[in-house]
Amino acid sequence: MTEGRASASQPVDRAALPTSARYTAMEQSAEFVALRRTFRRFVFPMTVVFLAWYLLYVLLSAYARGFMSTKVVGNVNVALIFGLAQFASTFLIAWGYSRYARNRLDPMTDGMRETLERAERTQP
Amino acid sequence: MSARTLTLVLFLIFVAITLMITVWASRQTRTATDFYAGGRTFSGFQNGLALGGDYMSAASFLGIAGLIALFGYDGFLYSIGFLVAWLVALLLVAELMRNSGRYTMADVLSYRMRQRPVRTAAAVSTITVSIFYLLAQMVGAGALVALLLGIKPGTTFLGLSADQAKIATIVLVGALMIIYVTVGGMKGTTYVQIVKAAMLIIGAALMTVLVLAKFHFNPSEMLGAAAAKSGKGAAFLEPGLRYGKEIPGDATATLYSKLDLISLGLALVLGTAGLPHILIRFYTVPTARAARKSVLWAITLIGAFYLMTLALGFGAAALVGSKAIIAQDKTGNTAAPQLAQVLGADLGGKTGGAVLLAIIASVAFATILAVVAGLTLASSSSLAHDFYANVVKRGKATERQEVVVARGSALAIGAVAIVLSIFATKLNVAFLVALAFAIAASANLPAILLSLFWRRFNTTGAVAGIYGGLIAAVVLVFFSPVVSGKVVPGLEGAPATSGSLFGLGTDFHWFPLENPGLVSIPFGFLCAIIGTYLSKERDDEKFAEVEVRSLTGAGAH
Repeated sequence: MTEGRASASQPVDRAALPTSARYTAMEQSAEFVALRRTFRRFVFPMTVVFLAWYLLYVLLSAYARGFMSTKVVGNVNVALIFGLAQFASTFLIAWGYSRYARNRLDPMTDGMRETLERAERTQP
Repeated sequence: MSARTLTLVLFLIFVAITLMITVWASRQTRTATDFYAGGRTFSGFQNGLALGGDYMSAASFLGIAGLIALFGYDGFLYSIGFLVAWLVALLLVAELMRNSGRYTMADVLSYRMRQRPVRTAAAVSTITVSIFYLLAQMVGAGALVALLLGIKPGTTFLGLSADQAKIATIVLVGALMIIYVTVGGMKGTTYVQIVKAAMLIIGAALMTVLVLAKFHFNPSEMLGAAAAKSGKGAAFLEPGLRYGKEIPGDATATLYSKLDLISLGLALVLGTAGLPHILIRFYTVPTARAARKSVLWAITLIGAFYLMTLALGFGAAALVGSKAIIAQDKTGNTAAPQLAQVLGADLGGKTGGAVLLAIIASVAFATILAVVAGLTLASSSSLAHDFYANVVKRGKATERQEVVVARGSALAIGAVAIVLSIFATKLNVAFLVALAFAIAASANLPAILLSLFWRRFNTTGAVAGIYGGLIAAVVLVFFSPVVSGKVVPGLEGAPATSGSLFGLGTDFHWFPLENPGLVSIPFGFLCAIIGTYLSKERDDEKFAEVEVRSLTGAGAH
């Protein structure tokens, strides 16, 4: 429903934007604080996790050659499985985020955006 | 019909179709939003394909397949960094940026800062990253086309010598990219990316199935055959043949080689979310949710594609063999086309080989064309929107003027890229792709992340971060072994050759790593933070606005 929301070719006039006071009030409101917390609670730890996981992979590739070359099945070794696991974790995190955003973040943002944009229309 | 003729025919069909799309798109392009952002009417899936099209350059299609074919596992290492990087874009950048900007990366930064210094800095780094990337692609295109069409030194093609054919290719590629961008704008360029991405995925999937079929759909059998044929045995399937080499008896060299691997890994994973031609794609969709969807599609397509390059690379190692690949091109860029020829020959004899080779070669051409068009668009958008409209005209340019300037910029940047590429045809410029990623990670990413998440961040910090990261990356590379002083020992008694931009005998390098990321990325962040504290400027109200707008999408364009 929001897909076609933004107007394609009518740039919004800066002067018509809600005043900064309105944004400051919104930023300090309980509902926005909750949204920010919900957003950051997912993306910050997850960023640390996937960067650490990737760095571990790079460090092992550089310094733990013996471990990485251990054969697991046939000609498939730990290095290959570790690499494929990076693919799997990337897909998994992306899918997890999309679910989290759809179920937790999107319902919170809809209301706030409408409030702000209504205020903008009635008292620019 | 020979493979060469068929390649040319297929390539001409691609050019004809994309030119028709471009002309059609130009009729739909009226406003600045149309030109810069394709009218923001693309769906998440379409933009996901286009993101893939922009990202999967010839360097990743032919380059990674070639790296795997020659160095085995280490080529795979590259593609992992390229893929994981998209999580930075998905979690921290895409949606917030879509919500708070309009056309360029600088829109997000300048929202809460003084426009002119920040936009100038952003335009400088956008154009630097794009030109470096562009040069690598265009010089590569010249060499590649000569190889794919089988024009060897000493032979002629349509009356052109090999060197003339390279220059003709660069001019042709340059002219086409200028037409795509000036005529079709973002709308035309996006459709070109979509067509190319679809061709690339289908071509790679076809080859993957054929390769796996040769090994009874047993990957382990393929790996075994690749390792055996490589002559390196099990080491071919392990990290260390290309990056982070152990140099016996030289602890310092080993240390640097391992640090270089880590440095490359960092630049790959942090660079993507700072590449201007990727960032401006988030503006082509109507909402942040569509931007999220497009990154999810991009991750799916790019991930699937890199998994397929694994089969292409190891397949080429097993079926073509490194000797035959190196005989064609010592960087391995022709491994995938050579594999196509072998696979096709298996299916339908000589004709089959020629047909599949022609298909893959034309996919490679399409790839090069689409990527250079995306880069030209990113740099001309920044030049017109950031520098001309907001720095020179101080925001008083009309939309019409802006679009005219953007078209002119595309022409100028394209012309500069053509001339520079012609001068660089004899140089080894493959390192420029890694440098572009390093600059994007060192100069652009700190500024983007801090402006979205750090309340105290200000103009001085943004400007210091961008120039600091940019200069650090460029200076370190200039004094690194990729520019001077790297000696490649000759094989089997052959004389040593230079592995650097400059020839043997020139050596002014003092920075030991080939990739600057390990130093320049932290340096960029540090400059941004120190710069911020050096200035008293602080605007909590503006930050409140950025925060609310970026998270809720209120007032988004």
